[in-house]
Amino acid sequence: MSECQNLVDRLTARFGDAILGAGEFRGQWSVRIAPGSVVEIARFCRDELGFEMLADLTAVDFTPRSPRFQVVYNLYSFAHNLRLRLKADLEEGESVGTVEGVWLAANWLEREVYDLFGIVFDDHSDLRRILLWDGYVGHPLRKDFPLHGVPQKVQYR
Amino acid sequence: MAETRNMIVNMGPQHPATHGVLRVVLELDGEIVVKATPHLGHLHRGLEKLAEVKTYHQALTLTDRMDYTGALINNLGYTLAVEKLLGIEDQIPARATVLRVMLAELQRLAGHLLWLATHALDLGAMTVLFYAFRERETIHDLLEDVTGARLTPSFIRVGGLPQDAPPSFFEKTRAFLKDFPRRIDQYEGLLTKNKIWRQRTQGVGILSQEDCVSFALTGPVLRAIGVKWDVRKAQPYCGYETYDFEIPTGTVGDVYERYLVRLAEMRQSLRIIEQALARLPEGPVMLDDPRFTPPPRQAVGEHIEALIRQFKLMSAGFKVPEGDVYLSVEATKGELGYYLVSDGSEKPLRFRVRPPCFVNLQSLEKMIVGRLVADVVAVIGSLDIVLGEIDR
Repeated sequence: MSECQNLVDRLTARFGDAILGAGEFRGQWSVRIAPGSVVEIARFCRDELGFEMLADLTAVDFTPRSPRFQVVYNLYSFAHNLRLRLKADLEEGESVGTVEGVWLAANWLEREVYDLFGIVFDDHSDLRRILLWDGYVGHPLRKDFPLHGVPQKVQYR
Repeated sequence: MAETRNMIVNMGPQHPATHGVLRVVLELDGEIVVKATPHLGHLHRGLEKLAEVKTYHQALTLTDRMDYTGALINNLGYTLAVEKLLGIEDQIPARATVLRVMLAELQRLAGHLLWLATHALDLGAMTVLFYAFRERETIHDLLEDVTGARLTPSFIRVGGLPQDAPPSFFEKTRAFLKDFPRRIDQYEGLLTKNKIWRQRTQGVGILSQEDCVSFALTGPVLRAIGVKWDVRKAQPYCGYETYDFEIPTGTVGDVYERYLVRLAEMRQSLRIIEQALARLPEGPVMLDDPRFTPPPRQAVGEHIEALIRQFKLMSAGFKVPEGDVYLSVEATKGELGYYLVSDGSEKPLRFRVRPPCFVNLQSLEKMIVGRLVADVVAVIGSLDIVLGEIDR
């Protein structure tokens, strides 16, 4: 049994119903978790399982699947030298708790997901657009956003 | 007594020390930074969106245009991720793998030289720029010999490399390896014991180790604080585990140590290139698998089957099994990760780049609050950011 599976089992034992499934693909482990428990699970991963670093946080738009969005947390542990992915499925309009309090890196990464996907992170300290300007209409990485963009009103001063 | 107010100053977007177009809004109390808010996105081209309408082959060209000082390493990371998705990572020809390592390390040298030149220039040491650019030019000539391009090679392809390196490349690389250590000594001679350089950089931009990890800092910035972590060692790819090299680290993690770490890394890269040259095996540089790789160029003009294979691959692309993969490589700036999600078609459902510069830049405010304006320039320089990658 791989070391990563061990950690996944500990996660399942601790959170039970909040763990919706786990699987391995190409030697990489992913765990599907309930969006409501993201913050608790994240904190457990950091404190108990040793995932000190949030290497990446992003989202995927699976239109036309329902639930439509998936927020993906790529964790890394220096102690175990292991990577683990947490995935939380979200319906359109559903929000998820911020993990900013667990890893500082989440601040900008969550802002980017908010900017490009329109996913809201509850209790985020500074949820503004980061790559596009305030007042931009639409969220470009959504599948229903046209490749050539939508006309924007730009005020020149 | 007159009332005093904090002053708001726009640093950038067009400021030579912001390496691209980064705007930092500084709130200043005299010369002390009270608050710093970076505004990104001036170079946002929507590369992640564009990749979703391109085949896996075509999307490669987008990776060149992120961190344009480390294009080959960007190519490498992306290609390895696609190969992992396809499950063909073990079938890449040995010669291609060794050449990939050589190209990546040469690119790392070029990237570090650009950093050294501009960082020193930011802090007022102009001479270093001319020295470092001289060697950078040599490296770009070497890379041009192999790839045909200086900045946007798109050369590391799924399955290997599109063509072998010419014999002249190896000769020139040997000559370069012989010459370069002396050049690094020259840069060190200009800066390492330079009193002005030390005063500008020592004790500047320090974060605690805990914060560094929490901010997910990677690359030389993390190593300067004493965390001995490098993707090439921790989770090796391209056979890096078989090369003999060290991970230079610091202890304090200030701007000065980041400089020392990068210079030491250049020496390590030289060692890796030397070993790669010594072990370079003969053989093909491209996997011959009709499903993913084009036929040899020569065959396309001679056999109709090869022509069909070429046409099919280039127009329709290849199908990739459903699934997702996160793969990271050690770029010049830190951990460059690719998270690819495939729905089983020829185009990625999601093409996500984990940009080391973006993640590293986030720690800027914490490093400069309470310090002088002049330190802002030093810290931005030491983070080695490239805005093409931050904004994508």
